[in-house]
Amino acid sequence: MTAALRLLAGSGLGDLLAHPFLQRAYLAGIPVAALAGAVGYFMVLRAEVFTGDALSHVAFTGALGALALGIDPRLGLFAATVGIGALLGVLGDRGRADDVLIGTVFAWILGVGVLALSVYTAGGRAATNGGAGVTVLFGSIFGLSSTRAAVAAVIAVVLLAVTLVIARPLLFASLDDAVAAARGVPVTALGIGFLALVGATVAEATQAVGALLLLGLLAAPAGAALRITRNPYAGLTLSAALAVVAMVVGLTTSCLVPRLPPSTAVLAVAALVHAATFRPAGAPSPSRR
Amino acid sequence: MISHVVLPAVVPPAVLRASSADFYLPLSWNVVEDVRQVLSFPFMVNAVRAGTVAAVLAGVVGWFMVARRQSFIGHTVAVVGFPGAAGAVWLGMSATYGFFAFAVIAAALIALASGSGHDGQAPGEDSAVTGTVHAAAVALGFLFTSLYGGFTGSATALLFGSFLGVTAGQVQLLLAVAAVAVLALVVLARPLLFATVDPAVAAARGVPVRAVSVAFLLLLAVAAAEVAQVTGTLLVFALLVVPAATAQALTPRPAASLALTVVIGIVIIWAALFVAFYRPYPIGFVLTTFAFAAYLAAVTWRYRARALTRLRTRLSPAGGGWATGRATDARDAGVPS
Repeated sequence: MTAALRLLAGSGLGDLLAHPFLQRAYLAGIPVAALAGAVGYFMVLRAEVFTGDALSHVAFTGALGALALGIDPRLGLFAATVGIGALLGVLGDRGRADDVLIGTVFAWILGVGVLALSVYTAGGRAATNGGAGVTVLFGSIFGLSSTRAAVAAVIAVVLLAVTLVIARPLLFASLDDAVAAARGVPVTALGIGFLALVGATVAEATQAVGALLLLGLLAAPAGAALRITRNPYAGLTLSAALAVVAMVVGLTTSCLVPRLPPSTAVLAVAALVHAATFRPAGAPSPSRR
Repeated sequence: MISHVVLPAVVPPAVLRASSADFYLPLSWNVVEDVRQVLSFPFMVNAVRAGTVAAVLAGVVGWFMVARRQSFIGHTVAVVGFPGAAGAVWLGMSATYGFFAFAVIAAALIALASGSGHDGQAPGEDSAVTGTVHAAAVALGFLFTSLYGGFTGSATALLFGSFLGVTAGQVQLLLAVAAVAVLALVVLARPLLFATVDPAVAAARGVPVRAVSVAFLLLLAVAAAEVAQVTGTLLVFALLVVPAATAQALTPRPAASLALTVVIGIVIIWAALFVAFYRPYPIGFVLTTFAFAAYLAAVTWRYRARALTRLRTRLSPAGGGWATGRATDARDAGVPS
């Protein structure tokens, strides 16, 4: 609180940027946002936003389950989201999960999360870290240690590289999976791999903005980019860029406005960007080039 | 350190109950006696009544939701009850208003911003709108709870429900809203089913497809807001989607699966309340586990039935796969091409 007051009293952005907790937040937040924007673009293109929603709830259960069992929550996060993501891909058709199947599975996963939360809070471990449920749900990017921020950044960069490597075949498979399959693209394997990638992205973003909010970071920049351009590579870049803008503007705003939580600020910027691209029915579509 | 980053401890009501009281009653083998014991507590009577009404409402609306493949929208209008209730409490109003207002606004936003159907729209653009509304609403809810300060304990109650704290007044309100919603759905049912099964033909036959779908979204919002007050915003979804998915896996006939949905929902809720009364597991976990088990059983049964049918057609001498196959082969061989 005192730090925040001093920040407010201090003149302008320069002092603010010098503050280590904000630097750490940028360090982790920018790569994670770029990753979420890029993966989210494919997610929207493949009409798999609901899968992202389901995986974000899996993240909640995974992290709390790990806490309840007394292991590192990040391990539980990644294991649960990547595992369930791949599982949904395997159960679905051509590596795409079915709406009803997703809904049913994640309703149950959420129930298991409730159990984990109750075991964790009742088990006495909560005394050391009482707000864990809230932290997992809503994120705590200003509370990252420098090690954790660096690890999150490195993982995000690696995942972003993976996304770019599979971008071309994935794009083909997303836009027309029948033709792609006929041309020898491994459509099913790509679909399953992509859902595992979404899972890893979700686990990363949970640490930044929380399990309940990361959906906006995945969906909003991508939705805006798709409305602005039809060129897939331009759209992919734009989506990642918009997500980074939302992250940076959100984090900075949250520092300047003391009672505004960082994840709310990030999401508000992302949602505003998406809303700004709204075109009423009948308006001309963006060109394909 | 910035104050709003650190949040106070969260204690869900189920845990409070488990830790403060070791008064779990013994479960006997006499089920009738057990049920009588459960219902001797007024709060359990209220919970059973509220749960039954919620199961019927969620079942009927959820059946259409699953048939229309709108689970994501259903989940979203359910979740926005959280910022609604948090905002209402922050402003000092009853959470009920917040639940309804936010759910209806979210449904209207989704209906307005999606389905504009310009040419070359990517398949996921509508769901991107839903996802953005969803996340932005939850972000708002988080803001409200942190503005309210000492409210985070009930954030968990809002998210995960307070089944056992339902009052008699709430049950009456629930019943009234459910009656109106089910009545509206009965009026809407035929055109809605038509527009669901084949929107193009329905539009050609003069069904106002767009208006019907918007009306259904608003109805879905009202139902979700209503049920969320009992089950918590995160678990409404289990009641909306799982009984309907289970029933639709069992039978393709609309009337039969609709009736089955309601029955399955009621049975799941009753069983969950019964178990949660005798054992210290949170009701959300028990409820979703029963629901998921029912779904798994239905899907397994369907696969088994299909495999049996396939086996039977193959083995039967008349019109079987092998026999016909050979006959066709022979005919093909006999006719020079």
